[in-house]
Amino acid sequence: MASHYEAPIREPLVTGEKSYHDVTVDVAAPVEGRANKQWWIVFSIALVAFLWGLGCIIYTISTGIGVWGLNKTIGWAWDITNFVWWVGIGHAGTLISAVLLLFRQKWRMAVNRSAEAMTIFSVVQAGLFPIIHMGRPWLAYWVLPIPNQFGSLWVNFNSPLLWDVFAISTYLSVSLVFWWTGLLPDFAMLRDRAVKPFQKKIYSLLSFGWSGRAKDWQRFEEVSLVLAGLATPLVLSVHTIVSFDFATSVIPGWHSTIYPPYFVAGAIFSGFAMVLTLLIIMRKVSNLEAYITRVHIEYMNKVILLTGGIVSVAYITEFFIAWYSGSNYEDYTYLSIGAATGPYWWAFWALIICNFVVPQTLWIKKLRRNYMWSFICSIIINIGMWFERFDIIVINLSKGHLPSSWSMFSPTFVDVGIFLGTIGFFFVLFLLYARTFPVIAQAEVKTILKSSGERYKRLRDSGNS
Amino acid sequence: MYTFSNRLKIASIVLMIVGILGIGYGFISSPSTVEEAKAMVAADAHGHGGGHGEGHHEEVGTHHEPKVTHHAEAEEGHHGEVAHGQDAATHSSHDEHTLSKLQNRPWAAVLIAAFFFFMIALGALVFYAIQHVAQVGWSPLLFRVMEAISAYLFPGAVILYVFFVLTSAFHMNHLYIWMDPEVMAHDGILQLKKGYLNIPFFLIRSAIFLAGWVLYRHFAVKNSYAQDEANDNTYYRKNFKISVFFLLFFFVTESIMAWDWFMGLEPHWYSTLFAWYVFASMFVSAVTVIAMVTMYLKSKGLLEYVNDSHLHDLAKFMFGLSVFWTYLWFGQFMLIWYANIPEEAGYFLTRIEHYNLVFFGMLLFNFVFPFLVLMNSDFKRVNWFVMMAGISILIGHYMDIFQIVMPSTVGELWSFGVPEIGSILFFLGLFIFVVFSALAKTPSFVAKRNPFLEESKHFHY
Repeated sequence: MASHYEAPIREPLVTGEKSYHDVTVDVAAPVEGRANKQWWIVFSIALVAFLWGLGCIIYTISTGIGVWGLNKTIGWAWDITNFVWWVGIGHAGTLISAVLLLFRQKWRMAVNRSAEAMTIFSVVQAGLFPIIHMGRPWLAYWVLPIPNQFGSLWVNFNSPLLWDVFAISTYLSVSLVFWWTGLLPDFAMLRDRAVKPFQKKIYSLLSFGWSGRAKDWQRFEEVSLVLAGLATPLVLSVHTIVSFDFATSVIPGWHSTIYPPYFVAGAIFSGFAMVLTLLIIMRKVSNLEAYITRVHIEYMNKVILLTGGIVSVAYITEFFIAWYSGSNYEDYTYLSIGAATGPYWWAFWALIICNFVVPQTLWIKKLRRNYMWSFICSIIINIGMWFERFDIIVINLSKGHLPSSWSMFSPTFVDVGIFLGTIGFFFVLFLLYARTFPVIAQAEVKTILKSSGERYKRLRDSGNS
Repeated sequence: MYTFSNRLKIASIVLMIVGILGIGYGFISSPSTVEEAKAMVAADAHGHGGGHGEGHHEEVGTHHEPKVTHHAEAEEGHHGEVAHGQDAATHSSHDEHTLSKLQNRPWAAVLIAAFFFFMIALGALVFYAIQHVAQVGWSPLLFRVMEAISAYLFPGAVILYVFFVLTSAFHMNHLYIWMDPEVMAHDGILQLKKGYLNIPFFLIRSAIFLAGWVLYRHFAVKNSYAQDEANDNTYYRKNFKISVFFLLFFFVTESIMAWDWFMGLEPHWYSTLFAWYVFASMFVSAVTVIAMVTMYLKSKGLLEYVNDSHLHDLAKFMFGLSVFWTYLWFGQFMLIWYANIPEEAGYFLTRIEHYNLVFFGMLLFNFVFPFLVLMNSDFKRVNWFVMMAGISILIGHYMDIFQIVMPSTVGELWSFGVPEIGSILFFLGLFIFVVFSALAKTPSFVAKRNPFLEESKHFHY
């Protein structure tokens, strides 16, 4: 037996007879090959959606925010729903790369790269909304505390919307640095394998002259650990601050102290669902079945089950406290009898079914190890989590303190168009990423190959290692 | 094989006896009539100084009456639309108010200490269940420690349940104002909550979750021992399964527990985060005690394979969970402070006005100190450093439970004296006695046939 010991009951994380070289070849293959027809078709669709969304954004900014379906009662609807939804999706990436690193979860190795890419791309989508939902987006730079000629007029640091600016921009920068640091050894691998001079040049630039010496690796590990330690509180605080946008207010249904941890749990819940959606396809089209295995899917489903459970307990809590408070105003909040039977009953029940009922099926081992069901379930969860944010924002606003200002919201084609546009933009970025970046952290997978690879586990069991 | 040393056994018994005397003194010295209560308040105001902050004494003494009247009004009438017959401004009701608060003090002291040690046992059990469910590779060596700490769960649960029966069914104190039919009859807000806040339902709920937790502990430990002697992983699998369901059950019942036992102390107030906040306090204290007992047993040479990496991991949990607790504390406090809605803000108003040092001081113990001490990776492997941080965390979380219970029950008439110290000593003695007796009964400190045992033995970080 080698110096390493791993309990025999742990399932292998790399299947097949993979060697170090196989890992390299498998990860490099999509980058070194050429895009096939399907890729171009999907890319074109995404691009068209993106361009359409861009058109809607330009139309909004040039005409005015009135082209959206907002009204005087409901001043936030699809814009902030989409913002929170995209930020939430981004959280799983950091969770996988940072929190699972702190918990020494080896299975994260095969999924962290794509999860982080997903974080970056979805935070980019989220970042659009705070700008474009402004009435005067060209004055957006006023949110920054920069010395100026208005007697140095500054921002008020009491607003959670300002905290959002700091939270999101910090989150994006730290995630980007964390992601890029991890990419260095993999870019170096692509650089060393490149045959065409152009590719060689590009990957040389991207890899920052990584040469993989012992000292480099030692510092690399330390930096990763420090960044993971910083990213974990960051990921919690970012979505906490997003939740403060609502919870600091005095709107019934919004003002609730459970929001910070509940939003974070919901973010991980939806983020993991999105990771599943992407990876179940990616493992097939990029031939990475040996690395993103059934066990990975199952583990992710377990995280979904856990965070879904946390979210469900928060729903129960919200529902209970709304009643317990004895306040009449709480009767129409997004988790109340009033919401379940009111004009937005369909949104209420969509939330309950998609976020509570359907994920419960994952308790069944057969279903959570089933690719098809995991894929369907993950999409349902993301729909449900979109509804959760929609319900929180729109239902709570629609029936506020004064009955004379009760109102309904219906989106216009511009609201919908911008949302579709961000989905298109996201996939444009993700599809480009999948063809140019090493989608699996091969350097990291190589560190677990001998402890958790199927072949080596078998050798250990037979006592031949 | 561990033998409960005579010195420790005697020490724990002495603690219990001294504690009982302290608790008894608390009950004897609490006033039984309005006149006694008035005399006590007067003596407290004009007599010896010290105690806890000058502002407090002044308030109790000179500005006492208008203050309390104002509070009574705020407490009972903050929903303007609700009419109730009670005239809070009259003298007699004010004096009765003072009396019931002073009478509450020894009861509150017992509740705080009883729950503090109970939550450590319960938190350790939750940590234990998580280790099973997460198939953790480093911790099986510490299973026996966690099992022993959770042994306190049963006596702790019995004591708490008896306490709640005495409180509710026998009306022996005024901790929960909603249990007073007089108050219930005149308070419109509380009447709306009658469906939940009623004594039979309260006792049934408490019985269900206490029984559920105790039962899980019983079967988990039984299976864990059975696994030692088994030839396959049957008992391991069984424990995995029941741990999953325990965690599910716990997560829901813990919320209800926090609403019932603690949020119910101030039935006009509500906060959705509250239950998770109590959980964070519970969990970090429990991990701290696991680390402390582990260090103690290691120093006795009993945990052969436990090395400083195991300690490092526990200390990391202490560090991370301290930060997590602070996060929830801040989340709850800031949101209520920021929106400043009168229905909710009153809760923190009392705490800031009359418990300033406790309320903000606990942050020093619960956050600042452990944060600075446990940041360094090397320090997390040094026993006395972890011990120091642990003592700070435990003091801090006692303060936390104290500031949850006291302001709602005793209000501005609180102090920290014989009844409080007596209660701590009694339950500390009982805790030590039960936990170390359980350790003495442990046949082997290694969970022999646990499938992750080998990993745990070779664990190095």
